[in-house]
Amino acid sequence: MRSSLKRLFRKIGDINRRYREPRIRMSRGVRAALLFLRVYLLFLVCLMAYKFVLLLS
Amino acid sequence: MNFFSNLYYRLRKMWKAIQLYLVIAGPGIVVMVADNDAGGITTYAATGAKYGYHLIWFLLLLIPVAYYVQEMTVRLGAVTKRGHAEAIFDGFGAFWGWFSLVDLMLVDWLTLVTEFIGMTAALNIFGVPPWLTVTGVVLLMAIIVLNGRYWTWEKIALLFCALNLIYIPGAFMIHPSVAEILKQGLVPNFAGGFNGQLFFFLMANIGTTIAPWMLFFQQSAVVDKGMQEKDIPWGKFDTLLGSALTVVVAIFIVIVTGTILTGVDIESAGQAAEQLMKTDRYVGTFMAIGLFDAGLLGAICISLASSWAFGEIFGWAHSLNQKIKQAPWFYASYFFTLITAGLVVLIPGAPLVLITLFVQVIAVTLLPAALVFLILLLNDRETMGDYCNGVWQNLIGGFIVVTIVLLSSLYGISVMFPNLFQ
Repeated sequence: MRSSLKRLFRKIGDINRRYREPRIRMSRGVRAALLFLRVYLLFLVCLMAYKFVLLLS
Repeated sequence: MNFFSNLYYRLRKMWKAIQLYLVIAGPGIVVMVADNDAGGITTYAATGAKYGYHLIWFLLLLIPVAYYVQEMTVRLGAVTKRGHAEAIFDGFGAFWGWFSLVDLMLVDWLTLVTEFIGMTAALNIFGVPPWLTVTGVVLLMAIIVLNGRYWTWEKIALLFCALNLIYIPGAFMIHPSVAEILKQGLVPNFAGGFNGQLFFFLMANIGTTIAPWMLFFQQSAVVDKGMQEKDIPWGKFDTLLGSALTVVVAIFIVIVTGTILTGVDIESAGQAAEQLMKTDRYVGTFMAIGLFDAGLLGAICISLASSWAFGEIFGWAHSLNQKIKQAPWFYASYFFTLITAGLVVLIPGAPLVLITLFVQVIAVTLLPAALVFLILLLNDRETMGDYCNGVWQNLIGGFIVVTIVLLSSLYGISVMFPNLFQ
């Protein structure tokens, strides 16, 4: 079990190294799109957290 | 004589084209028809019951929407020979890659649970207990994938796609008024005025037309099938045919419930089938069979979408052309997703309604990201070369993506806050 988990984490580390640098050229449009996605996801997470708080109260 | 030789030549050429298409046909039709899954059938049944034939014109608009989004995955898969998950990792780095992969896994698993809910509800109408349905489905799906050939899997999936057309004879059996359908359905109108409830239904119909798993599934299927750049035109035609087919099926479901169950509040397709049974036994039976088939087809595709994505990223062998010994992790993840999702339905008192609602909310977090990545990847001239998006493709695709993102987000929000659009 321990060695399997070790192998899994090593694999994840390999994947992170392999894809460390995005291959797509980071033009202004691409940067803007990725920024929009981050803001959008943050908004959704906040909304879900708010809903969760409402459910608890 | 010259006329006959010309005619023979043309017919022969046409027959060859059909033969070639039959070889290429598959991913587009399967993904599109599977889009009419258990959740989709419920949405269409509820739309028909609520608004009759009045929203048929809106469903027709969804043909180009579904086509333009999905044909991009055909080009991307055929040119890069990579699935969507791997393309995101490679194009945008590990952060966005992990986000998409984990989100996809969660959305797919939750959607699979809803497919099992639909299948057990459908067979429950015939007195089949849920445990038997779940066991039977898992066994059937094991037989389908374990034959070790993508071709066989695809042809069996196409057979289930054909069964999805069962709603068409069902609609003819209830003798709806064609004049009424044409008059009410084909002229754009908003029955009862544009209000919050109608907006909710429009959003739900768009939400069921494009699901995140479809992008991942079709691109991986194109790669597993081994499609090349030269096959792209046929792949596009396959997608167009699938888009038309899925909307035609949706329209016939709307016709069935719009004719018989007008004014009834439908909460699930199983409930619609039970209601239809009271009016017309055969139509109700068709509805139940269609619901089971929709759930099965959805389950077949969704479980594969996750396994393909994981295989691509973790470097496991991940093709249906490989036997279980050659691709053990691919099949292990496939069955793990499938069995655990099936078991959830069997837990007494499991929050199934909550899960069904939660799927729509979680899908909203993945869909915009997957669509934005798709457009950006299709604009990467270095990789896509001649198959890169042109100006018009970007304008049309961009408009569709922005609309889907906006409406599906509002749909997800309205699921969380139901009184918002009332």
